[in-house]
Amino acid sequence: MDNTLIEARGLSRHYDVSSGLFGKTATVKALSNASFSLQAGRTLAVVGESGCGKSTLARVVTMIEQPSSGELTLDGHHIRSDEPLTAAQQADLRASVQIVFQDPFGSLNPRQTIGRILEEPVLINRPQVSRAEREQQAREMLAMVGLRPEHYDRYPHMFSGGQRQRIAVARALMLDPRILVLDEPVSALDLSIQSQILNLLVELQERLNLAYLFISHDLSVVRHMADDVMVMYLGRVVEKGAASEVFDTPRHPYTRALLSATPVADPTREQTRIRLEGELPSPLNPPAGCAFNPRCWKAEERCRQSAPELDTQEAHPVACYFPL
Amino acid sequence: MTVSDNSQAVPNSTAEAQSGAMARPGRFREFWSYFSENTGAVVGLVIFLAFILIAAFADVLAPHSPTEQFRQALLQPPVWQEGGTSEFLLGTDAIGRDLLSRLIHGARYSFFIGIIVVVIAAGSGVFIGLVAGFARGWVDTLIMRLMDILLAFPSLLLALVMVAILGPSLINAMIAIAIVLQPHYVRLTRAAVLQELPKDYVTSARVVGASRLRLMFVTVLPNCLAPIIVQAALSFSTAILDAAALGFLGLGAQPPTPEWGTMLADSREFVLRAWWVVTFPGLAILINVLAINLMGDGLRDALDPKLKRS
Repeated sequence: MDNTLIEARGLSRHYDVSSGLFGKTATVKALSNASFSLQAGRTLAVVGESGCGKSTLARVVTMIEQPSSGELTLDGHHIRSDEPLTAAQQADLRASVQIVFQDPFGSLNPRQTIGRILEEPVLINRPQVSRAEREQQAREMLAMVGLRPEHYDRYPHMFSGGQRQRIAVARALMLDPRILVLDEPVSALDLSIQSQILNLLVELQERLNLAYLFISHDLSVVRHMADDVMVMYLGRVVEKGAASEVFDTPRHPYTRALLSATPVADPTREQTRIRLEGELPSPLNPPAGCAFNPRCWKAEERCRQSAPELDTQEAHPVACYFPL
Repeated sequence: MTVSDNSQAVPNSTAEAQSGAMARPGRFREFWSYFSENTGAVVGLVIFLAFILIAAFADVLAPHSPTEQFRQALLQPPVWQEGGTSEFLLGTDAIGRDLLSRLIHGARYSFFIGIIVVVIAAGSGVFIGLVAGFARGWVDTLIMRLMDILLAFPSLLLALVMVAILGPSLINAMIAIAIVLQPHYVRLTRAAVLQELPKDYVTSARVVGASRLRLMFVTVLPNCLAPIIVQAALSFSTAILDAAALGFLGLGAQPPTPEWGTMLADSREFVLRAWWVVTFPGLAILINVLAINLMGDGLRDALDPKLKRS
């Protein structure tokens, strides 16, 4: 049985940026040539530092933005860059892909009660559902994410960060989606609450057989959550594979550096931290060849000449000429 | 592990258990509990309500007709001053009309002006501001430059020019004042919209498929209301003041309409001889405007959920 929910082929998103009134317009390749697939009940984690295109990927998958090129298949619907979706297709897809944002303080409308926030997706997408039924669904969802029924009438400012994130998850689930995009869902929360929310997400995934596209820069969270990992650098996928393989035997120098930067709760363990030189280059003006070459300790002339491609046929592909 | 997430919920739940039988206080009760904390605002509200009652029951309250001339009592002083009679409590004006009755009927005009001007200015201003904020691009630029041009004129001068074009009457004065006040709403609304639009709750409303109109009026507009309400309250008083000023210049309400500004204008030559003919209409304007401003401040504090305690 093929239960692939997301299938992306060469997905790209470019932005045209004009610099001032008379400046030339430049193109920012926020996301280029990303290919991946995601099955029901599985979690694909996307990791990378700020500005590597993680959130752009989230925005493309949730159709907040159109891809510039490439193919995206979401739950059986094909999205192409050249033809915008019809309203009916969009409505169908909305029900199957939803998103949870990073900041629970900005993602809930401060003027709406929790009940209205939860009911809004149903009100818009399923106007035939009666008011009483809608309220019933919202109350059930509250219970499902671990909140009490009396929270229904309250406003978002009355809740703590963790509770708000529960509400955000509840809202995302109101339309019974099959894919949930989690855009750094716990990085704005306290450490103790992070684990609660993560446990909630794991529990919901098991119950509802959801597919998660989990975006994060926190590798310890990813290790806990992910089945597969995709490492991104400057808009490109540099390494992809099963979580255990990527964590245990990283093949790309960048992945290795990222992993070595994660703190380990073991003072006796020897520090083998790899320090990267320099900054993330500007996506407006990426370096020639492999985007990582100015910071890579293994870089040779070849890396400065041409960019290595990711061989998608492999089980654990890596975009590097000199994999570790 | 459950400590910090539940730390807020635990005292809540005990409080909830105690008041569980009681119904949740209604919206209005909640609003009132916040509003009543501000003494100035309550005083403002009481005065404002008093003025509304006076305006509503002017026919009953006023001892005389506002236009009836008592030829035997010209420029008669108020009752407590020598020469005053209890028939004319606040005295009479130069052609023998009862000042108190004229002031009471004048309240009607003031509220009429305030309400109509604010409704026109706020309604159109908020709508244009929403359109500018959502459309961006050349539509936004065009609207905002037009508003800049309107704002570049001294407001009273612009109102004067418009009344001069439309012809002097109370209705035309109100239209002119509304047009002069409306750019403030456009700017306020657009600024608030631009501040709210990039927030995640707007994006999530988009993701669930809210239409553009729904985004404008249901999602974004309620979050922009606090400054608009304050502006509405303040421009209510500005409208009354401007209408009085236009009336004073002879371009607003025309005599014998007992509009407060017009009354001031009619009696300015008697300032030195009969202080009451200018003082009382001026005081009426002052108290009314002050009360509305105080109330506007309190309204903002009570309506903004960010200022509420949980």
